Amino acid sequence: MKAFILKRVLALLPILFIVSIVVFLVIHLTPGDPATVMLGDTATEEQVKALREQLGLNNPIHEQYVHWISGVFQGDFGYSYFMKQPVMDTIISHLGPTVSLAILAEIMAILIGIPLGIIAATRRGSATDQSLMGVALLGISVPSFLLGLFLVLVFAVQLRWLPVGGYEPLSEGLLLHLKYLIMPAIALGSMQIALTARMTRSSLLEVLNTNFIKAARSKGVKERHVIYRHALRNAFLPILTVLGQTFGVLITGAAVVETIFNIPGIGQLIINSVGRRDYSVIQGVVLFVTFTYVFINLVIDLLYGVIDPRVRLDQK
Amino acid sequence: MEALEKREELIVIKSNLKKQQRQLFIRRFFANKLAVVGLAIIIFLILLSILGPLVISHDPYGMKVDDRLGAPSSIHLLGTDEFGRDLLSRIIYGAQVSMGVGFAVAAIASIVGMAVGLYASYYRVLDNVLMRICDGIMAFPAILLAIALMAALGASTNNVILSLSIVYIPYIARVVRSAALVVREETYIEAMKAQGASSWRIIWLHIAPNTLSPLIVQATFIFANAIIVEAALSFLGAGVPAPDPSWGNILYDGKKVIFTAWWMVVYPGICIVLSVLGFNLFGDGLRDLLDPHTNQAKK
Repeated sequence: MKAFILKRVLALLPILFIVSIVVFLVIHLTPGDPATVMLGDTATEEQVKALREQLGLNNPIHEQYVHWISGVFQGDFGYSYFMKQPVMDTIISHLGPTVSLAILAEIMAILIGIPLGIIAATRRGSATDQSLMGVALLGISVPSFLLGLFLVLVFAVQLRWLPVGGYEPLSEGLLLHLKYLIMPAIALGSMQIALTARMTRSSLLEVLNTNFIKAARSKGVKERHVIYRHALRNAFLPILTVLGQTFGVLITGAAVVETIFNIPGIGQLIINSVGRRDYSVIQGVVLFVTFTYVFINLVIDLLYGVIDPRVRLDQK
Repeated sequence: MEALEKREELIVIKSNLKKQQRQLFIRRFFANKLAVVGLAIIIFLILLSILGPLVISHDPYGMKVDDRLGAPSSIHLLGTDEFGRDLLSRIIYGAQVSMGVGFAVAAIASIVGMAVGLYASYYRVLDNVLMRICDGIMAFPAILLAIALMAALGASTNNVILSLSIVYIPYIARVVRSAALVVREETYIEAMKAQGASSWRIIWLHIAPNTLSPLIVQATFIFANAIIVEAALSFLGAGVPAPDPSWGNILYDGKKVIFTAWWMVVYPGICIVLSVLGFNLFGDGLRDLLDPHTNQAKK
């Protein structure tokens, strides 16, 4: 197991390296001098010069990269001249709402998507199956921001049941918290619910076709046991993959949904930063979210090994 | 002489066989009703974006202060926006932009991705470098990388195409590479090498055609995704810049007036869902046809 973990972690290093290069280059792709852009139009020439010196913009590009990346390793993501605080602090102060939103959407994907997939698989070919899969296909085709707008139109504008937007932290009470988050979470989670349901169905169907299930059935094991004890466990790997991948998608999808509902999370932060050309924040957020995304996928990878010993033994 | 005749006969049989295969393919495609619906939607949208501008009578940029936020009526079938511009004409011109971006991204990503995938599969040294770069790009969540690139390049339609192409090239490269790796091991490729065919010839004339079917399937899904991401970027104000209409930035305007003008959200929204649904249905159908393995797994 140790060797398995080590191997997976090592495999990530080149990926993280490429990611950091791309993020680093993005700020250098911008037309114009980064120092001038960071300080804004009101900066004097001396200020720009000082910042250029401080950022090491006069050094060769590979030295700049080394300087920047060693800062990142120490948790220093740079300084936002617009927010007047370190980028890391800005990110942390915006993290709460995004994580809340993503977790709520993920919970919905698990609690709704998996049961729907099981229902569809066990009633394969029936009208229930077909209509469920039809709805799932629609769910995949409606982007989250669009569903968000439609929900606002129906539940906030027409029915006036829910607030149009805004955010209340969990500390203000669970009910209030959910009242503000439920629409964004549905908007964000619908695609995940649909993907999870589809994957659960196809993965379960594949397992139900195998010989050990036939053997279990012919032994007279109850159908309920066959599905929940034997089949589901073996069908779980692909489901887990989808859940893991979608969690990363949720974090970034939150970016778009947050702007609709005016939630002060990471997504709104990056969109606002694009608007005010605050490149150090853009760089920091992209790097932070991508690292998180890669890390979550690593955890999922390692979980495979726990759930299914075949995965970890194959690696040897 | 006899041998030549035989050969001609063989060619005729072969071409007949190809014709039959094609007919079978078409018949099987049309047996899949959902895929046909998808194709119909796509054709409708293409016709809308090409022929639509010839039919409409309103200028999509023409502002009329008196007509601001007019509800759908007999003059403005889908209503007007906050500048009094006709929504129907903006949606039709938006179709041109959205479908155009989708097509351009799918095409560029396919061509570049194909080259990357083919060369990676053929030259071991390149493989490691190219595939690590692809892994790195794919490690980014797509929308996030697109936003970062747009922030760096500046908002314009061409930059949307460029950013999205960069985002999706690895998805094509991966698929092409794995298909090409299989073909590479075939005996006829070995025979070509033994005959002294150039690498270029082997790669582009003999390996490339065999990677086309997974590539086309993947390109269809990229088309759909590019439409979604373009709409999302424009909706966030980081995509197609105003005053050019795209479904995404009509929604961006619509969001601001959501309390008074539902039509500005609903109609462009329907267009986005319809187009994505069309490409997803079509792509699913193609995949079932071209890739027997997933076909079995699904059914």
